[in-house]
Amino acid sequence: MTVRGAEVAGSGKGASAGDAGVTTGVLARLRRDAPWWLLPVTVVVVLGGFIVYSIWASTTGVGEARNAPYLSPLYSPGWLANHIPVFPGLLCILVPIAFRGTCYYYRKAYHRSFLWDPPGCAVPELRHGGYRGETAFPLSLNNLHRFALYGAVVYIPILAFDAANAFSLGGHLYLGLGTAIMVLNVVLLAGYTLSCHSLRHLVGGSVDCFSCVRFGRQRYGAWRGVTRLNVFHPTWAWVSLFSVWAVDAYVRMLNAGWFTDPHLLFR
Amino acid sequence: MAIAERPAQRGTAPQPGAGSGSDGAPLEFHVFKGIPGEEQGEVTYRVPPVTGMVVLDAIHWIQKHVDTDLACRWNCKAAKCGSCSAEINGMPRLMCKTRIDDLPDGPITVRPMTAFPLIKDLVTDVSHAYEVNRRIPQFTPAADEPSPFVIQEMDLERIYEFRKCIECFLCQDVCHVLRSHDLQEQFYGPRFFVRVASLEMHPKDTVDRLEAVRTEGGLGYCNITKCCTEVCPEHIHITDNAIIPLKERVADRHWDPLRAVSRLLLGKR
Repeated sequence: MTVRGAEVAGSGKGASAGDAGVTTGVLARLRRDAPWWLLPVTVVVVLGGFIVYSIWASTTGVGEARNAPYLSPLYSPGWLANHIPVFPGLLCILVPIAFRGTCYYYRKAYHRSFLWDPPGCAVPELRHGGYRGETAFPLSLNNLHRFALYGAVVYIPILAFDAANAFSLGGHLYLGLGTAIMVLNVVLLAGYTLSCHSLRHLVGGSVDCFSCVRFGRQRYGAWRGVTRLNVFHPTWAWVSLFSVWAVDAYVRMLNAGWFTDPHLLFR
Repeated sequence: MAIAERPAQRGTAPQPGAGSGSDGAPLEFHVFKGIPGEEQGEVTYRVPPVTGMVVLDAIHWIQKHVDTDLACRWNCKAAKCGSCSAEINGMPRLMCKTRIDDLPDGPITVRPMTAFPLIKDLVTDVSHAYEVNRRIPQFTPAADEPSPFVIQEMDLERIYEFRKCIECFLCQDVCHVLRSHDLQEQFYGPRFFVRVASLEMHPKDTVDRLEAVRTEGGLGYCNITKCCTEVCPEHIHITDNAIIPLKERVADRHWDPLRAVSRLLLGKR
């Protein structure tokens, strides 16, 4: 009803004095300002797509993932992939999966998109009661992120070695489009790894007084450096995911004969 | 509702269309009214647009010209006192900092914060937040620390950011642990993780609050969805700079066997 400029648009159940918040219906509290569902849907499609792709790719065998002088990062290190008879790719990607699965950025992505805990800021959740967060298994394993970091750091020189090998074919200098993609992949993965929140803590974040500890100034410098990278951690996370995808897909397309690698070979 | 029966008193009000709204038409506001235990609902008001108008301007216009008993807490109207927190179009924001021309076309909804008990209309009872604050041990320097403190700039850099907090409690309101799961008794909330972080990182503080923040503070309930950071009007990086560093410090103590061996051998905390 409208009464001289003011009208009642809706009403809800009354709340007792001790109740928390307003107890009108969920629809009344739903966000009306932005398509909050756009981000979770995008993450489900892109991240879900990558998960499905990487599981498929890691089960096809190393033969599909190698095209001299290139090697897919999903099958790196190559010597490990060569010595495992069944699904070597799955073993090779265990550390990257652990690193991304416990990553502070990806936690936001999958909690919002896959677990709907919550699906968006100020958006009502489907589940009520029984929420344990990261206090209970399995999400409490996210506290082990630093150990996944240690493994991920080892992967950077391994992938750099693969990229260096991509400069050589039959003992001659080789510069191909794939070489450039592999180098870019190493740079982006290094950016993602070195911008890690756990690394930021380990190099200096745990120190309360830089001027009071040994190598304090150096640790402060390292902390500032990682902090600068850390600001873009979500960006590093996504672009490095795409670069891994790009290298693997590029090698497979070469193997499928879709095109030949544009290159320069210096004999 | 009785409130809807009151006549609008628009004698001295600016006329609809006098400002520079998109088409000069009155703005439609759906404002929550009610008190606990009685009928509650959204009341529609039409407010004349004015250039540069913020939501709090509209609420004040309604109070002056239509509903003199519409309750709203505010103080500085400069985004510094943190009083006028509300949910605008469903998103926690300061009413004094939310410009009308930043909002999408259509009716604008203004409701009180969901995570706090309602007192009346747009005013909620935030006293629980102050009770949590009292549970956190205050800054405690060493007894023999010479005063005034001499502190290096690099030792204080991190905690400058935390001092910008205006205690608007929008982060508490948007946090799903408090908002959807009602874990007020087990979880400090983002605002107080910021406070704990500012104390824990202070070079002159001597008190250990990590065990308290892990147990009674419920730090593990936070699942890093970063909504607190998104709504902070002071742009404090609550999750990245306060909560995650606290989680890492807790991991040092409870989830890192290498650190445990190091502590055992070197005798450090």
